Amino acid sequence: MDPLKRSPPPCPSPRPSSPRTQPCEMLGHVGIETVLDQLKIKAMKTGFEFNIMVVGQTGLGKSTMVNTLFRSKVWKSTHPGTGVSMPQTLQLHSETHVIEEKGVKLKLTVTDTPGFGDQINNDKCWEPILGYINEQYERYLQEELLITRQRHIPDTRVHCCVYFVPPTGHCLRPLDIELLQRLCRTVNVVPVIARADSLTIEEREVFRNRIQQNLKTHCIEVYPQKCFDEDINDRILNSKIRDRIPFAVVGADREHLVDGRCVLGRKTKWGVIEVENMAHCEFPLLRDLLIRSHLQDLKDITHNVHYENYRVGRLNASHLLPRGPGWVNLAPATPEQLTSPRPLRACRRPHDDSEEESGLSMANPRPASS
Amino acid sequence: MAVAVGRPSNEELRNLSLSGHVGFDSLPDQLVNKSTSQGFCFNILCVGETGIGKSTLMDTLFNTKFESDPATHNEPGVRLKARSYELQESNVRLKLTIVDTVGFGDQINKDDSYKPIVEYIDAQFEAYLQEELKIKRSLFNYHDTRIHACLYFIAPTGHSLKSLDLVTMKKLDSKVNIIPIIAKADTIAKNELHKFKSKIMSELVSNGVQIYQFPTDEETVAEINATMSVHLPFAVVGSTEEVKIGNKMAKARQYPWGVVQVENENHCDFVKLREMLIRVNMEDLREQTHTRHYELYRRCKLEEMGFKDTDPDSKPFSLQETYEAKRNEFLGELQKKEEEMRQMFVMRVKEKEAELKEAEKELHEKFDLLKRTHQDEKKKVEDKKKELEEEVNNFQKKKAAAQLLQSQAQQAGAQQTKKDKDKKNSPWLCTE
Repeated sequence: MDPLKRSPPPCPSPRPSSPRTQPCEMLGHVGIETVLDQLKIKAMKTGFEFNIMVVGQTGLGKSTMVNTLFRSKVWKSTHPGTGVSMPQTLQLHSETHVIEEKGVKLKLTVTDTPGFGDQINNDKCWEPILGYINEQYERYLQEELLITRQRHIPDTRVHCCVYFVPPTGHCLRPLDIELLQRLCRTVNVVPVIARADSLTIEEREVFRNRIQQNLKTHCIEVYPQKCFDEDINDRILNSKIRDRIPFAVVGADREHLVDGRCVLGRKTKWGVIEVENMAHCEFPLLRDLLIRSHLQDLKDITHNVHYENYRVGRLNASHLLPRGPGWVNLAPATPEQLTSPRPLRACRRPHDDSEEESGLSMANPRPASS
Repeated sequence: MAVAVGRPSNEELRNLSLSGHVGFDSLPDQLVNKSTSQGFCFNILCVGETGIGKSTLMDTLFNTKFESDPATHNEPGVRLKARSYELQESNVRLKLTIVDTVGFGDQINKDDSYKPIVEYIDAQFEAYLQEELKIKRSLFNYHDTRIHACLYFIAPTGHSLKSLDLVTMKKLDSKVNIIPIIAKADTIAKNELHKFKSKIMSELVSNGVQIYQFPTDEETVAEINATMSVHLPFAVVGSTEEVKIGNKMAKARQYPWGVVQVENENHCDFVKLREMLIRVNMEDLREQTHTRHYELYRRCKLEEMGFKDTDPDSKPFSLQETYEAKRNEFLGELQKKEEEMRQMFVMRVKEKEAELKEAEKELHEKFDLLKRTHQDEKKKVEDKKKELEEEVNNFQKKKAAAQLLQSQAQQAGAQQTKKDKDKKNSPWLCTE
């Protein structure tokens, strides 16, 4: 098979255009596939980072869920709310740990939101959360815009936000809807039905359907977003997940003896609710989604879509000139900019060439010389 | 609303112990799957004289025939020819771009030979930088054309590096990963080769040329990289033709005095080059290009444009000042241009006005002239008309006079005829 020749004109800076070349046939083994192993080695050496945020009212089992997900005592302190007075303002609480499994190092940061939705007047209670998320984007943006950048920019951006829906059994409350609408534009949101052991299986299904309808009515796109499905396999896989969202989960960090096996579960007078048992709750689905299959995807969407949206918004906002070449003004972001919602614009594969404004004019580095 | 975030500093990072299997050991596989679906880019730049065997070596390395016509020696200057190919091995798709220096070393005056090469490399960095600085950018499906590895082909003279080689490598070493190789190594005997290699390496060191160092910080690859580094620069032989050796076909070059096998480590270092370039360090080459060479270019370019990173306190201010200054400069320029344009416009309008006035005057004159001519003609016509009328009058008069005469004559004649008739009639009354 003849490769398509691409000889750009002999000018001082030829740049081959994106090749839609035909594949070349190789007559023997070259060893290109070893690049996968090289990638793996490099990744294992640098380690991975993952930042997760749990949002929900007090007492829904957020901390327990995090402990169950990562099989360790992530929170040093005791559960807030037990004998401690309600915090007057929403305080975000972050903890970072390094966990290792089979040679893979993961730097895990969990952000909790104690006090969310606990006040009598919960107006604008989402602002601290959005502010925190945007602050992480801002931090990354500032690092990226430095002249002398670090080799590896520390990634503190929230990759996934798990939203705990209280198990009322009816439908989403206005607070939930307001928050979800705002969060979904900024970060990947995975809603879960918390404390699902208070609902029977049938009640769960009804609740789940109602929530799905609510989400559709209010145009809330939770993770995995439909518009980011890359190919047909992805779509099939993600559709199955989307059918079961929100997962009805139960968290537990104690082990009990059931039928001779040691299982994680909650022990009650009428039985033991096994966390890992698919018949009892859907915790395995949540764990598989977050950790075993879609972790990299969560990070990619955060980096390629949400962060880029934030960046576009910031760079456009600091543009004082209406059009044309301008210079990036890096005044610190005002609080309004950090909490104002942005429409979810960028799709993962931008097919149409929307206007490309340059943040920095490169064509005329010295205006006098033009 | 106050947001208090309790965040421990980095030193307090705990290593948590897991009480069960969580499952994130699949992370490297997840990462690899993502990368596989996106595909990889690899760009090689081959620098060397015409006819030294660059195209053949590429064909041999990648086990395929990249069709190209051999270059002539008559090129007026060095130009770079880039070709892109898509290779696939099992499930890995590789977008390979091979950039060739056509006409390198052929000119009589080789002072500027390195310039097109440096410009090309910079242009690729520039393109990436522009994409990175766009407001709406798409870096994840950007076709990366930055050069990841530069294979520098050294002519097998057996003595030392040419000055052209030294100058070119010195210019390139801060921009790209240089891997020097001795081309057409089958023309050097083994003992000469060893001396040649050490001479080259010592010359590179003494001239401060930084070639690519194979990474030795990773335990898995440190050993093999260390052993291979000793053999730099690799003495390679390229061949796409196969010769029967024993009972197998192998790539080789056949001479009357023997057969040089490409993949035989005793004959040449081709296998070592392939190991180092592709099988062990391809990812590291890409990473070095991105984190070292590209960052250096970016830093220099941004500093050139007037951006500074001072300590975090004054960073916004210095950038703001630069911003304001540049903005004022830009606005001033705009104003100047506007003024210029306006002046030109006014001038043009005046010119056009004068032209039009001229034309108007001309037209008026023509009109007057025509009018006069017209009047003259009219007068002439009137005169002629008068004359004609006079003639007509005269004619009428004459006609009237003539008619009178005629009637008179007729009358006289009629009288005469009557007389005659009477005369005729009377004597002849009954002749019929």
